[in-house]
Amino acid sequence: MDFELTDDQIALQEGLRSFCSGRFPIEVVRAVEATGGIDRDRWRELADMGTFALRLAEDAGGVGLGTADAVLAFEELGRALVPGPLVWTHLAAGLVDGAATGEVVVTGIERDDASGVIEFPATADVLLILDTDGAWRVDVADLALAPLDPPLDPLTPVARLTAPLPQGAKVLDAGPAAELRLTGAALTAGQLLGISTATTDLAVAFAKERVQFDRPIGQFQALKHLMADMLTRSEVARGAVYAAGVTVDDPEVGPVARAVAAAKLTAGEAAVENTKTCVQVHGGMGYTWEVDAHLQLKRAYVLDAAFGGREHWAEAMADLAFT
Amino acid sequence: MDLRYSESDLAFRAELRSWLADVLPTLPPKPAPDDWPARRDWDTGWQRQLFEAGYAGINWPKEYGGRGATLTEQLIYLEETTRAGAPYIGVNFVGMLHAGPTVMAEASEEQKAFHLPRILRGEEVWCQGFSEPGAGSDLASLSCKAFRDGDHYVVTGQKIWTSFAQVADWCELLVRTDASSKHKGITWLICPMDLPGIEIRPLRTIVGSSEFSEVFFDEVRVPVSQRVGDENDGWRIAMVTFSFERGTGFISDLVETDKMISELVELAKRVTRKGATAWDDVALRREIGQMQAQMDALWAMTKRNLAQAERNGVPGVGGSVVKLYYSELFQRLTDVAMRLLERASLSRDDVGQLVGSGSFVEERLRSTSFTIAAGTSQIQRNIVAERILGLPKDR
Repeated sequence: MDFELTDDQIALQEGLRSFCSGRFPIEVVRAVEATGGIDRDRWRELADMGTFALRLAEDAGGVGLGTADAVLAFEELGRALVPGPLVWTHLAAGLVDGAATGEVVVTGIERDDASGVIEFPATADVLLILDTDGAWRVDVADLALAPLDPPLDPLTPVARLTAPLPQGAKVLDAGPAAELRLTGAALTAGQLLGISTATTDLAVAFAKERVQFDRPIGQFQALKHLMADMLTRSEVARGAVYAAGVTVDDPEVGPVARAVAAAKLTAGEAAVENTKTCVQVHGGMGYTWEVDAHLQLKRAYVLDAAFGGREHWAEAMADLAFT
Repeated sequence: MDLRYSESDLAFRAELRSWLADVLPTLPPKPAPDDWPARRDWDTGWQRQLFEAGYAGINWPKEYGGRGATLTEQLIYLEETTRAGAPYIGVNFVGMLHAGPTVMAEASEEQKAFHLPRILRGEEVWCQGFSEPGAGSDLASLSCKAFRDGDHYVVTGQKIWTSFAQVADWCELLVRTDASSKHKGITWLICPMDLPGIEIRPLRTIVGSSEFSEVFFDEVRVPVSQRVGDENDGWRIAMVTFSFERGTGFISDLVETDKMISELVELAKRVTRKGATAWDDVALRREIGQMQAQMDALWAMTKRNLAQAERNGVPGVGGSVVKLYYSELFQRLTDVAMRLLERASLSRDDVGQLVGSGSFVEERLRSTSFTIAAGTSQIQRNIVAERILGLPKDR
């Protein structure tokens, strides 16, 4: 047992971090609001970095890495608030032509999702549907949609279905589709983890600079303790998120669904609680559109609700651990 | 990242599990809580049994009688013994987890050769003379003073929260040897507890138990040869101790917390409300599911901490994070238990069908100390904020 990143994993993490800070600085991220949440050129660059083909076998044109590696990549994408249906397109690689190479943008939904909310309606090409019988594809152009403006997250535009979901063409059977759902939850947990640490960094940097009562506000214990709790939530979630990645790859080390439940739940908790705290630490500035804290908060809510929210996973955990 | 246990880890686990299954049923009955001489015999007897079977000091070097094994085996040891309900480390706590590791890291060869094997064999019991009435969270302000008189330090002052003082042979004692410097005026002594001038007064805790004492020193003459490290270097040595205490010292508490969740579920299945059990209530299942997720996450984090400690030799500051998180989680679990028990919580004996109800009540009371002892949660948050996040000190 050696639950530390390998040198290759550290290189992957650092590579993506520098790619994101170079190609997805916050000005670029904010600018996609005008283009339906996706910039096609940047999307292809993400594909070139292996974002979507990371777990696809090498002989299928992929990178051939595991979910433990992919979780690290998605942590970086989350940290930089890279917008778009990243997890769905990643899951669709190998199932939907063009997803792996970034030519086709894939969004997704659970068939029993009563909200009928579709993310990236104007820019995604294909909708992946998960249900108990498998995974299905439908062209977004064939859906009957009505606008739902404004969205919670300005960088995650949404519309609602005005007619029942079509059955679609089957791309996966029930068993593998269930595994896909768990992988989606693990990768989303990775993004949530990235947000939870980025927002901690943002709060700490502000608290070191902002002066009130003739001293940096980070000197006050009332604020220090809020930020200590931010780090605590993130680091505990990090254990669960990395363990979920490892367990998806190697189910012999433990029950996969339970590992994913712990990851999605604690990472969602860390991201939502930490982004709220970041707004609080910023005071009045945190309430503005100008400071990035609101983008982190809103994305945290979007991703916390994706692939099963905390209510779902808390109940699932009780069933998995005690029945 | 690899979470697989090696073949030798698995073999160690199997061998230990079968040994515990053989030995635990043969243990004599536990002595009464306040019968300290009997408790000392019982706890040190278990320590001796561990030693003879090769399970004492799993990660202590072989030259001092330890097993010289990896931290992963230490993790397995703590997991298996806690799950099997093996005796708690008891009066051996300070020697095994606190003074022993400090002696190993900082003491002279002579001191190591004398004390370490005795601690492992259950022949020495230690207590800790750190906190004072006026020096709790601000430990470095301690004032129990010692001055040199020839080959002796003459110690006068008071210590408090000294666990097992009434049966200890030795005390890891921090004394003020230079009043002109706060942190650099403290010395670490190994004080024999049978010296003239030492008076022990047990305190009664919130649980009603008597493991803590106040210890008074009145011109107690401690030989200079009993000093560990240099004069006035005791604070640094004490910090080494804390890094161990806050590093891997909490693993058995984590296993206890995990066990507590399962016991709480058993309780919830027995508590009836309006014709159903409490466990039928989805809100309760979610609440416990959330805590189990947090527990699993914490356990995974601990494996990361261990991997880092294995690589760097020293546990990181992450110990503060673990301590903060598990202590509050454990308290929330006992809060849920009290809510479930309602009026069945009025006794610390088991009430009616609710087997174990008394122990939940006791754990609720006992766990109030978890966020106080070994650095309060407020101090831990300062440590995380200042040493990990780099926020400015406020003093």
